[in-house]
Parts: sequence; C-alpha cells; structure tokens
Amino acid sequence: METEQKELSNPAEVETIEVSGSVALLEALITEGTDVIFGYPGGAIMPIYDALYDYKEKLNHILVRHEQGGIHAGQGFARTSGKVGVVFATSGPGATNLVTGLADAMIDSTPLVCITGQVFAHLLGTDAFQETDVINITTPVTKWNYQITDATEIPEIISKAFYIARSGRPGPVLIDITKNAQIQKFDYSGYTPCNHIRSYRPKPLIRKEYIIQAAELINQAKKPFIIWGQGVILGEAEQEFKAFVEKSGIPSAWTILGAGAIPTDHPLNVGMLGMHGNYGPNVLTNECDVLIAIGMRFDDRVTGRLDKYAKQAKVIHLDIDPSEIDKNVQTTVPVWGDCKETIPALTDLIKQKEHKEWLQKFRDFDQNEIEAVIHNELHPTSGELTMGEVIHQLNVLTKGEAVIVTDVGQHQMVACRYAKLNSTRSNITSGGLGTMGFALPAAIGAKFGAPNRTVVAIIGDGGFQMTLQELGTIMQSGIDVKILILNNRFLGMVRQWQELFNEHRYSFVDIASPDFVAVAAAYGIKGRSISERSDITTALQEMLNNKGSFLLEVMVTKENNVFPMVPQGCSVSEIRLK
Amino acid sequence: MSNQNDTEKPSGKQEYNITVYTENQIGLLNRIAIIFTRRKINIHSLNTSPSEIESIHRFNIVVHETEDVVRKLSRQIEKQVEVLKVYFNTNEDVIWQELALYKVPTDIIAEKASVERLLRENGARAVVIRKDYTVFETTGHREETDALIKILQPFGLIEFVRSARVAIIKDSDGFNRKLREFEKAEPGEEVAENEYLNNGQKIFTM
Repeated sequence: METEQKELSNPAEVETIEVSGSVALLEALITEGTDVIFGYPGGAIMPIYDALYDYKEKLNHILVRHEQGGIHAGQGFARTSGKVGVVFATSGPGATNLVTGLADAMIDSTPLVCITGQVFAHLLGTDAFQETDVINITTPVTKWNYQITDATEIPEIISKAFYIARSGRPGPVLIDITKNAQIQKFDYSGYTPCNHIRSYRPKPLIRKEYIIQAAELINQAKKPFIIWGQGVILGEAEQEFKAFVEKSGIPSAWTILGAGAIPTDHPLNVGMLGMHGNYGPNVLTNECDVLIAIGMRFDDRVTGRLDKYAKQAKVIHLDIDPSEIDKNVQTTVPVWGDCKETIPALTDLIKQKEHKEWLQKFRDFDQNEIEAVIHNELHPTSGELTMGEVIHQLNVLTKGEAVIVTDVGQHQMVACRYAKLNSTRSNITSGGLGTMGFALPAAIGAKFGAPNRTVVAIIGDGGFQMTLQELGTIMQSGIDVKILILNNRFLGMVRQWQELFNEHRYSFVDIASPDFVAVAAAYGIKGRSISERSDITTALQEMLNNKGSFLLEVMVTKENNVFPMVPQGCSVSEIRLK
Repeated sequence: MSNQNDTEKPSGKQEYNITVYTENQIGLLNRIAIIFTRRKINIHSLNTSPSEIESIHRFNIVVHETEDVVRKLSRQIEKQVEVLKVYFNTNEDVIWQELALYKVPTDIIAEKASVERLLRENGARAVVIRKDYTVFETTGHREETDALIKILQPFGLIEFVRSARVAIIKDSDGFNRKLREFEKAEPGEEVAENEYLNNGQKIFTM
C-alpha cells in the first residue's frame, strides 16, 4: 500500500489505476496541498476513514470532540494560513453539526471544503439511519454544494470544490458523498486541479473607467476617508493597500475582520469602525466628503442607521463581489474587481498627498476617547480588574506579534479595540455570524495554520462553555494554544444591553461557571486563575512562557460596559462615550 | 433596460420578469428559490425549461417588486456558481404569454353555446373533443385567460389550469454568442457588461 500511494500522489506518472472513491478523494486532497484535516468519523464516512488509515503520514487528521469544533478549527486554519480548511463529518447529526460553522464561514467569506458521508445512494429518501438531506439543509449557507453518488465524479467535483472555495469571494463548499461512492472502485487517471467553470466568474472584469472616476474623486477630495475590511486580507493585497494609503495620505479605519491588514500603530490607521469602534472614525464618517470602502460590505454593525450614514459623502466601493455594490449603501463609483489589481491601478492615478488637518481631527477625537474611556479601561488603579487592562498587558508582552482569536461578546469588542496587531492574519474572530463558542476550536485551527506564532484565544465565560469539550482535542493533539478567559460571571454583552435599554432587567444573563482551572487540569492542561491587578503581568507571562497550552482565567469586574457605543437604530455620529 | 422605464413610478412596485440562464444542475432550482424566500418575496410565476442552447436552462421568474429589490435579487442569483446570466425586465420590455387549458362538459357546450363562436371570440382552440368533455386551449396575458374562465364558468367548467409565464426579451440577441464568451477562460467585456457602463444601450444587465 505504501508504494502504491507514492505512485498515486504523483498523477503525472499514473496511467489509469483502479482505486476506490475514498482513495481518489484523499489523493485529491493531497494534490490540493491539504496537510491537515479536522474531522470526526461515523458510519456513513467509514470507507473514507478506512482509506485515511493508510494516509496517516501524508494527511494529519485531527480528531475533534464535536463537528462544530471541527469546522471552526477549519475556519481558524483557513484564516491564519490563507489556505482552504478541510473538514470531515459523517452523515445525519455529523453533517447538521456543521451548519453553524458553514453559516459562519459563509458570512465571513472563509474558504472551506467540508466532506460529509452520506447513506448508500439506494437508501436516499428512505429515512435511513443517520440520513439527512444535507444538501438542502446547507444550500443557504454554502457557496456551493454537491452530492456525489458515483465514485467516478470524485476527482472532478473535488477540484471544482477547491476552486470555488478559494477563488473570487471565498466561501464554504460542502461535498456529500454516498457510502457506495466511497467504496466503489473505478479507473482513476489522476487529478487535475480546476481553474475554469464556464458559469462561474470569480472576479468581475476591471473597467478602467471606474478607476479613472475613482481617482478623480480622490484627487479632488478635501476630507477623504478609507474604510477597509477583510477583502484586503482575502485578496492578499496588504502591501498594495499600504502603498495606496501612504501615497494618498488618507486616514483609514477598519472593520473587525479587516483588523491587522496594516499594523495597529501605522500613522494613518485611525482605528475601528462600528458599534463599539473608535470615536473619530464613527463621527467623521458623517463628515468626510469621499468615502472609499475597500473589501467591506457595510454591515449594519458598521453603518448604524443607514439613512443617516455618510449621506454627505461620495462613495467609492471596491469589491470583488458585484452583489455587494449598492446592497446597503448607494455607491457613486463602483470599482468592481479583485482589490489586488484595482488598488495598484488606483494608486497609480492618485496624487501624493497629506491631509494633516483632517487627520488631526481624528486624533482630536482620539484624545476625547482616551480621556472618557480608554484611559480608565487600560490603566485603572483601583477597583476590580477590567478586560482592557488585561489586553493592554498582553500587548506589552507579545509586542503585537501574537495571533488573537476571540469569541463573541464584550471581550471580543474589547480585544478587537485594544489588541495590538503588527501583521495581517492576526485577528481571528466570528464577525458576521457572531458565533459564541467559536474561539477555542478556531484557535486550535489557527495554530495549525500558523505553527510558528503564538496563538491566544480570548474567550468569555459564556462562550467558553459552549465548546469547551475541544480541550480534549488540545490534549490529544498536543497543540499549543493559550486560553485567556475573561470571566465577568455574566453573559456580558446581553447584560449591557439589558442595563442600557431594558432598565436593568437582567433576564437570564447571570451564568454560573465551573472551576475552569480544574476543568483544564482534568484535560492535562495547566492553568491559573487571578483576580488581583498585581498578578496580571506575571500570570500572562506564565501563560506565554509555558511550554504547551495554558488556561488563564482572569476575574474581571462584573458590570463593566463596552464604550463607545452606537446604540441600535442610531446614526454613527450619535456614538455614545458613556 | 428598466432604467429606461422612467415612466413607471421609480420607487413603486411593479411586475418584473427575471430571465436566468443556468447550467442544468440538480438543486439549482432550490438555490434560486431560497434567494426569494429568504427575503419573504413571493414568486408569482416560475417557468424553467431547456433554452435554445443544449445543456443551458432558462428560468422565467415573475415577481411584483421594486426595481431596487429586483436588481439586488438578480445580483444574488447571478452570483450562484451555476448561473450564467440574469436579466430583469418590466412587462413593457418583454413579449409574454401564458397557456391555459379548460375542461368543460361537451353536452352543455354543444347545447347552450356554440363551440365555434367561443373558439373564435377567445382565440381558443379545442385540443380534445370527447363525448363527455372538451378541452380548450388558449394563450395570452392573465386577463385574457381569466376572461375565458368567466365565460366558461356558467357552462360547468370542470377543471382549469394555467402555465407559468414565458417571456421573450424584446431587445435580446439570444444567448448563443454570450455562451461562447463564457466558455473562454478569459471572457471579454460581453460577459462583464454592467448597468453602470451600459446605460447608453437599450438593454443591460448586472
């Protein structure tokens, strides 16, 4: 078997050879450059797992503790590595457990190929054991999906799956393979990666007219403002983007998924957009004369009330997905195309400029925000611990070099606001779907995707309890993930809303937690819990220095609120500092 | 296309004919349908059948919506991997027909109304004439096929069925040439045409 495999992995040397569908699948994965798979076996995917037994050397299969953990790990892997995450699950419950992760990957444009086992083709539609209509369940949350019932389809469909997942605006693809197709032998003649599907245009043709119009607008602008999103990272256009920002001299702000595309302390990086973003970027959105949106989709958490959003501004929107143009915000100049190509074209046509006074306005607002919010959050001297001071100390120790994986809620907003990021692909979070329980499994995948970097998962006490079984995955795989739990003994973000908008009626947000350090210990993971200010630095240092995973629980103040905040239904310029 | 239709209320809802060229793929109907259902938009009429080109299917979808919503729907449809092209048109921009069949008892029709007169007046033709029943067929717009129901109702209309709408776009050159563009790895502007730049033409798409 060992020798046969070697021949197979090099399709050029193969004429035709009789293999099973399962072997063809694994060969396809290897040719696509897959080296790690996050998965969980079960009845309907057993033939694939049987074939995998002989591929242990080439494909590193990580056994997760729940399929949702598997797919979030795949997402974390894809987000740090820029490669396609691969996930295996069985039929029925295995497949339905993927749905949350698929929805998350769909809305956050994460490239995944998920392989699910399915019952024998002749049993389809008979309510067979562990049969679910996976294709129809996952249609709204996949970029593409397909059911394979015949092994001969496998090479072509897998090549399409990878091509679709990673090209254009990336997204999750699910391939459902019936058990008979996994077993069936067929004449295999090698694997050819796909690079064209006639009905699929991954990126629209760039039209020069748009670039010229956009450049004219930018050159005439007195108060231009750049807002960028994950598109810059997905398009691997960070360098091009930096050059554009620096030549144009335009203040630039980011969505949480765009964080890190240029470093946090870049002089033209003016901070975070949105509901809990920085003061200046929100207020000045409604003052700029030209708004240049790059690879972002005007999510409601970024725009606040749409009919009062940047109405005074001419809008230039660069996006690879034509359906994003005019979806939420009316565009003046739509620059359709891959930003890796459109940004340099635009950079060529714009004048080298500085916008000192305009930039100073952002800095003035920063000063207000520092005095009203940031200083107290990052440098408190008395009272209980804040989330912000923990993130601040983490920045000091990691110097902004770590990959920060966050869950969803208050800690996420605090971490995104304050974490220092020196490089791209350093901020991994569930942005669009807001999936609690994302961080722990995503951090596992993130570490596989960036094995030489420190990965810190920052998680709340609520979210951690949604997927803490993945501590088992950490234990068994020996992966090194630093887990930082910011425990406020509340479902903090919902509590904050209940305090501010529901007259302190705290409805089911008071959540009890187990002894997290003891839980970690049960999985053989070292841990520590602190609640004193004087322990923060040493405890973080201990976590970072520890060989292998470490869980640090920091007890923070119970009823702290994340500010600034754009209350729902308000305009971005109505952002509140308290 | 619909930009030229400024005669209609700009923000008002009206009937739109969405024409979709697709690959022939299992599950694609569902993928397209959920784009409407997700936004709680009712599909008034849906026809899908092979187009003039082998292996390419054509959907005709009728919705009652604003132009803005229809444009967004069309872009979401065109985004689907197996969809080649989407056009949307107002009723003024298309020639459209629906087919209707009517089953009535032959004895009453023969006795109380002159079959011949009915056929002539309503542009209908008899498809089947049996002792017990007769099936008429007519094609036309909704009002026309509705009118014949009213006429036949007093004569004991047994059963009625109407097809989905099929529509031909007035300013269309068909899809053959476009398809050849799609088949190239690097398609030209023909495929990438869009509404902003093609304002001057009589027809444009996404």
